[in-house]
Amino acid sequence: MTRELHFYDAIREAIDVCMQDDPNVYILGLGVPDLKGIFGTTLGLQQKYGCDRVMDIPCAENAMTGVALGSTLVGLKPIITHQRVDFALLSMDQIVNQVAKWHYMFSGQKCVPIVIRLIIGRGWGQGPQHAQSLECWFAHIPGLKVVAPVTPYDAKGLLIASIKDNNPIIFFEHRWLHNLIGDVPEESYTVPIGKGKIVQEGSDVTIVTFSYMVLEALKAAEFLKGFEINCEIIDLRTLRPLDTEIFLKSVQKTGRLVVVDNDWKTGGIGAEIISLVVENNMQYLKEPPYRIGLPECPSPTSPALANVYYLRAKDIVKVIMHVMRREINDSEIPQMYSGPGDIPDTSFSGPF
Amino acid sequence: MNENNCEFSPEKLKKFLYEMLYIRLVGEEIARIYPEQEMRCPVHLSIGQEAIAVGICENLSQDDFIMSNHRSHAHYLAKGGNLSKMLAEIYGKQTGCCNGKSGSMHLIDLSQGFLGAVPIVGSCLPIATGVAFGTKIKKMDNITTVFFGDGAVEEGVFHESLNFASLKQLPIVFICENNFFSVYSPLSVRQPSNREIYLLAKSHGIESFQGDGNNVLEVYQLMEKAIEIIRKGNGPVFLELKTYRWREHCGPYYDNHLGYRTEEEFNTWKKKCPIEVFTNYLLSNKILTLKTIQDMTQEIMKKVEESFLFAKESPFPDKDFLMKDIYKA
Repeated sequence: MTRELHFYDAIREAIDVCMQDDPNVYILGLGVPDLKGIFGTTLGLQQKYGCDRVMDIPCAENAMTGVALGSTLVGLKPIITHQRVDFALLSMDQIVNQVAKWHYMFSGQKCVPIVIRLIIGRGWGQGPQHAQSLECWFAHIPGLKVVAPVTPYDAKGLLIASIKDNNPIIFFEHRWLHNLIGDVPEESYTVPIGKGKIVQEGSDVTIVTFSYMVLEALKAAEFLKGFEINCEIIDLRTLRPLDTEIFLKSVQKTGRLVVVDNDWKTGGIGAEIISLVVENNMQYLKEPPYRIGLPECPSPTSPALANVYYLRAKDIVKVIMHVMRREINDSEIPQMYSGPGDIPDTSFSGPF
Repeated sequence: MNENNCEFSPEKLKKFLYEMLYIRLVGEEIARIYPEQEMRCPVHLSIGQEAIAVGICENLSQDDFIMSNHRSHAHYLAKGGNLSKMLAEIYGKQTGCCNGKSGSMHLIDLSQGFLGAVPIVGSCLPIATGVAFGTKIKKMDNITTVFFGDGAVEEGVFHESLNFASLKQLPIVFICENNFFSVYSPLSVRQPSNREIYLLAKSHGIESFQGDGNNVLEVYQLMEKAIEIIRKGNGPVFLELKTYRWREHCGPYYDNHLGYRTEEEFNTWKKKCPIEVFTNYLLSNKILTLKTIQDMTQEIMKKVEESFLFAKESPFPDKDFLMKDIYKA
């Protein structure tokens, strides 16, 4: 049966289902069992499964990632949770040198089924060290799989698929998605890792994006309908392995490509997608491919600066009008969101 | 070595010598043949440090787990790791313990509880801690032991790991082989002189001991005590064992001519050779005869030569191995 659920509840349900099915699954992270329960995603789990399986941890991101890896060598299946991507940077040695390579370097003798949940911050003054996403760092590494859902449905299905997978998974959750409501079936199901989704069909231009920026793309596309521009929106859902077929096919149809990154452009996912399209489908391109991303500076705190830093639907509209060789004045583009620009919607009142 | 060693049977003492000699002869043979340039990966030899590996591992059963670092040959062999597969790995051959993918710095022999060695300094500490955590959660009896050097205690992850192991009272023995050097950098430029390494562990609430890492009997007894503490549920335990690296950090040669350590210091340690001192002790106490030791050496050399032959004659991995096992299906 399907009912409406918040994104955070969909995450919690996925963890719950997997812990119920497999006694080897456990979740660890700073604050996992606390009263806030990682934005609601782990609430009630410790009461149900006990302190060993729902475990608070020391402020020791690197060692605890190693601990998680070590525990897989005797059959456990850990889910590590970091409240921000930025905090997980302390564990890059374990993630990149050990976790990602273990199965390969020991020639398949042991696999490392770990899910590392990373939460991307945005707005409300998160600032330079609480709002990085850095998906491309992780997507660069062979041995990792990188997942970034946008809908509650995909969040549950992809997290269950990730926990059941025998490989290390970096699972991105955008902080602005936790309160999103959507249809989620009650039963256990999986969404395949490595498969993108056409969120909206269109014939004029392909927008490739993922995670929170899918929502902004949808708003932009809706507005552009008024200009008789039909956007095809592709939600990548997985950044490694990339579903190349889905956007190559789409570009064959539309002949135009805009990649909306969630991160800085330089060396990012957008660069990767455009390279793949140019390498494989150059002949179909009617216009040069474009990408938009964050300005090449650290994330600022002040709401005044944040408003010009983070990407919004308006920025997507502008680039698409440019690709379509159409004119539009800034003043003609509405804001397309309620309240100040440094929050997802007016229900969000901080602090993080 | 004149303490009362009546707890050791002659067989046990003979086993200690055999294992140390075995590790030494493998190391010496790698050093001798390395200039042929057929072992095309870095090697970090354990020559001079054999007593620690043997004294520790002789306390462990096949089911117990160990993990190690870049200088892992001694640990691997003392735990019963397959010599032919180790050498084949160093030669980059398909018959190696990682099918030639990883070389000398990534040994593994799961059949002997050798869960893996990784060369990033300190990086094996949390992983081994996680193994011990897993065994505790799963109510398994296996004891986990992790080997690392004096450099690792300077890493943040060292303290993170000890903190967690102490917090959860994990069944793990931390073995710090203090050989006074990290590559060419002496302890004096890396750590304060008025602080002992084992006291760092003590301050994490861990039972900690310091000992002579060149004395196999002392190492054995310390590990025996460590296991006793862990079996009573009072783990983890930390052992700092002092020893000395004879050859260069990485490679087959002596390197005293570089001047980073004095010939005098080197000779002082060489006089404390774990094998020579122990051999003299066994001979003077008439526990073994020279003939027995010669026979032992011959037996080991036969095995070593056969294993080298195996490694040299084994095929290189097929090119299909390149893209194999990046992910588990």
